[in-house]
Amino acid sequence: MSDAVDVGLDDVRFRYAETQMAFDTLFPAGNVTAVMGPSGSGKSTLLNLVAGFESPDSGKVTFGDVDLTGATPSQRPVSMVFQENNLFSHLTVADNVGLGISPSLRLTADDRALVERALQQTGLAGKEKRLPRELSGGERQRVALARVLVRNRPVLLLDEPFASLGPALREDMVGLLRQLQADRPMTVLFVTHQPEDAARIADTVVFLDEGRIAAQGPASAFFGPTPPEIFRRYVGGAQGLKARQLHPVAAKPT
Amino acid sequence: MRQSGSVLAAKLALAFAAIVVGGAFLGLGIDAVRDPEGAVEAFDVYLLRAAGFTLWQAALSALLSVAPAILVARALNRHPGFAGRRLLIRLFAIPLSLPAIVAALGVIGLLGRAGYLAPVLSSLTGERWPGIYGLSGILIAHAFFNLPLATRLFLQSLETVPQDQWRLASQLGMGPAASFRLIEWPAMRAALPGIAGLVFMLCVTSFTIVLTLGGGPSATTLEVAIYQALRFDFDPARAVTLTIVQLLLTAAMVWLLSRLGAELTGEAALSVSSRRYQSIGPAEKVFNMVILVLAALFVAGPLLAILVSGLQADLAKLAARASVQRAAMTSVVLASLAALLAVGLAWALAAGRQKLASARRSHAAGLLERAMDNGAVFILVIPPLVIGSGWFLLLRHTADVFALAPVMVVAVNALMALPFALRAIRPAFDAAAVQNDRLCVQLGIEGWTRLRLIDWPVLRRAIFTAGLFAMALSLGDLGVIALFGSDTVQTLPYLLLSSMGSYRTADAAGIALLLGMLCFALTLLSDMFGREARQ
Repeated sequence: MSDAVDVGLDDVRFRYAETQMAFDTLFPAGNVTAVMGPSGSGKSTLLNLVAGFESPDSGKVTFGDVDLTGATPSQRPVSMVFQENNLFSHLTVADNVGLGISPSLRLTADDRALVERALQQTGLAGKEKRLPRELSGGERQRVALARVLVRNRPVLLLDEPFASLGPALREDMVGLLRQLQADRPMTVLFVTHQPEDAARIADTVVFLDEGRIAAQGPASAFFGPTPPEIFRRYVGGAQGLKARQLHPVAAKPT
Repeated sequence: MRQSGSVLAAKLALAFAAIVVGGAFLGLGIDAVRDPEGAVEAFDVYLLRAAGFTLWQAALSALLSVAPAILVARALNRHPGFAGRRLLIRLFAIPLSLPAIVAALGVIGLLGRAGYLAPVLSSLTGERWPGIYGLSGILIAHAFFNLPLATRLFLQSLETVPQDQWRLASQLGMGPAASFRLIEWPAMRAALPGIAGLVFMLCVTSFTIVLTLGGGPSATTLEVAIYQALRFDFDPARAVTLTIVQLLLTAAMVWLLSRLGAELTGEAALSVSSRRYQSIGPAEKVFNMVILVLAALFVAGPLLAILVSGLQADLAKLAARASVQRAAMTSVVLASLAALLAVGLAWALAAGRQKLASARRSHAAGLLERAMDNGAVFILVIPPLVIGSGWFLLLRHTADVFALAPVMVVAVNALMALPFALRAIRPAFDAAAVQNDRLCVQLGIEGWTRLRLIDWPVLRRAIFTAGLFAMALSLGDLGVIALFGSDTVQTLPYLLLSSMGSYRTADAAGIALLLGMLCFALTLLSDMFGREARQ
């Protein structure tokens, strides 16, 4: 099950504390969508609804043509990477990745080879036996990405996975993501606060405000000369946006 | 589903606690209703005297433990780096790990009529030393337990003083009096009501010490009077009235304590503070050292008495005796079961609370969740002896009370250990849940697989900490077995009590050493796992 699928939120409503959220949209198969917006606007909730950590009060969550609103997180065709706590701290790198193949860690020789290959692809060759605490923050997120590879699910949810990394590391990670995406396209929802990350990798952008989609469109429109007004205000004026656009946007193909 | 499963388990754990406590109340209630006149008649001078003595000895014990503890804690805090400080702090942790009956024996061994210090005291006073039974014995034994406890708590409050204040004090040239008045005393005064209240409460509900060291009607507390009413006078009406009075008294104490903000499940580990910028004059240094040496002797004395007299007993012969072997076996089995039960209950409550907390999104915690959270601590309000006496009254009409001893010991001891077990397990459980829950759900790791791969490796240290501590607590408990024990069901503390009662002093000393070592070893192991778990 690897071909990317559309992800649909069909008139989904969800109440969290005082905020009434409502999402009605479709994320096209194989696209990378940057999910942006101020704190508390519902970015993580949107991802949690897709992942199945939250159930909508009403509405449907669909993958392709299949309605999976009532399915548990592990039954959905979804991998998710969180900002932190992506690894079990008492298990080795290889075991943490292996859990993506078998949740009871019963691995065949082929499975182990698969784990090995995923670790190579993410630049972690030779670190199989390490424990998470012996890795840097960037390496830990790479392990999480390696697990995404072996899980081989068509949808990938990224909840600010690089937020705690420095600028250079973040750039590396976005590059790695682009590369993995080029090898095997997934439908990716990428929550980020960094316009430059979004500009480098996203095909489309969804901008949330107070639990609703305030703007949505191709990334070129958001990072072009006339971005939506609400997005322009969030990023901090046209000047700021232009300055950011100058370098990383024109990233080389990998 | 898993979610409702863990909430159900937590509800069962709460129900178990409710049944054990409720059954005791039922027993009291039935007897009070059946014989209301007897219950009212029991409200006599004897009861008032016992209640009065209970409060009086507790107040004196608190004073004698807390006042010196202020000086000891301050001395320890002023000298953060002297040789032997760590050893002294270890020494101060020992009394809390000992069963009360072992400590009582240590005090008698040192200061009793035939104690090691009796000849010295006789020649000092010029007449034959009468021994320290009665109020003085109770006070010394209570101070033996609570002075180190209070010291530890005061030291904690002193360690909250920021380093910068010490630097400032030393820069401003504050002498010892000024720094006590301006820095140390304000920090300790904030903790004083809670500490004094806790010690007072522990002494109000102290049973074993008063039973073994108290003498006659003039030195009897409510708990000992309950025991005597049930075991010797067969006067259930009196037992009911005494138990109700004791219950009201402890409830009032706990209410007061919670207003004072005391921590009912204090921890036995002391931290070692870091380097300090301060200058201490030679006079103060001598004063502090004298305080510390006196405190060390006070705590070490009874410990040495236990050790020496225990070693003098013929331990090999004692260990070979069938009654000792049987009691030891009974103790270990019952304590293990109580520990298992306590850990199971704590796990269920922690898991249920966590599930409810994470399922409720953002509104305030419900009653059920709060019951799983803090409800368990309220078990400490009800002394084990009170629960025991309620069940004793309830069961005596329908069953052979003494045959039920094992069940009662396990159930009540498990409940008594529950707050401590919960305190060891819950933080670890919650931290693991925050870290692993979403990931496990996402990856489909559940049920037995989750227990084997994720929960057990992460939580086993906390579980060992809780289990070993519960085992030590249960192993040394005399409260329930004193009521339910008989020739057929004897634990080590019970055997020790009957050896003391029949003046088999050497046997008692040997058993006390055995029991003390066992509890000490368990507490030590428990601490070790606890320290590992925190890393």
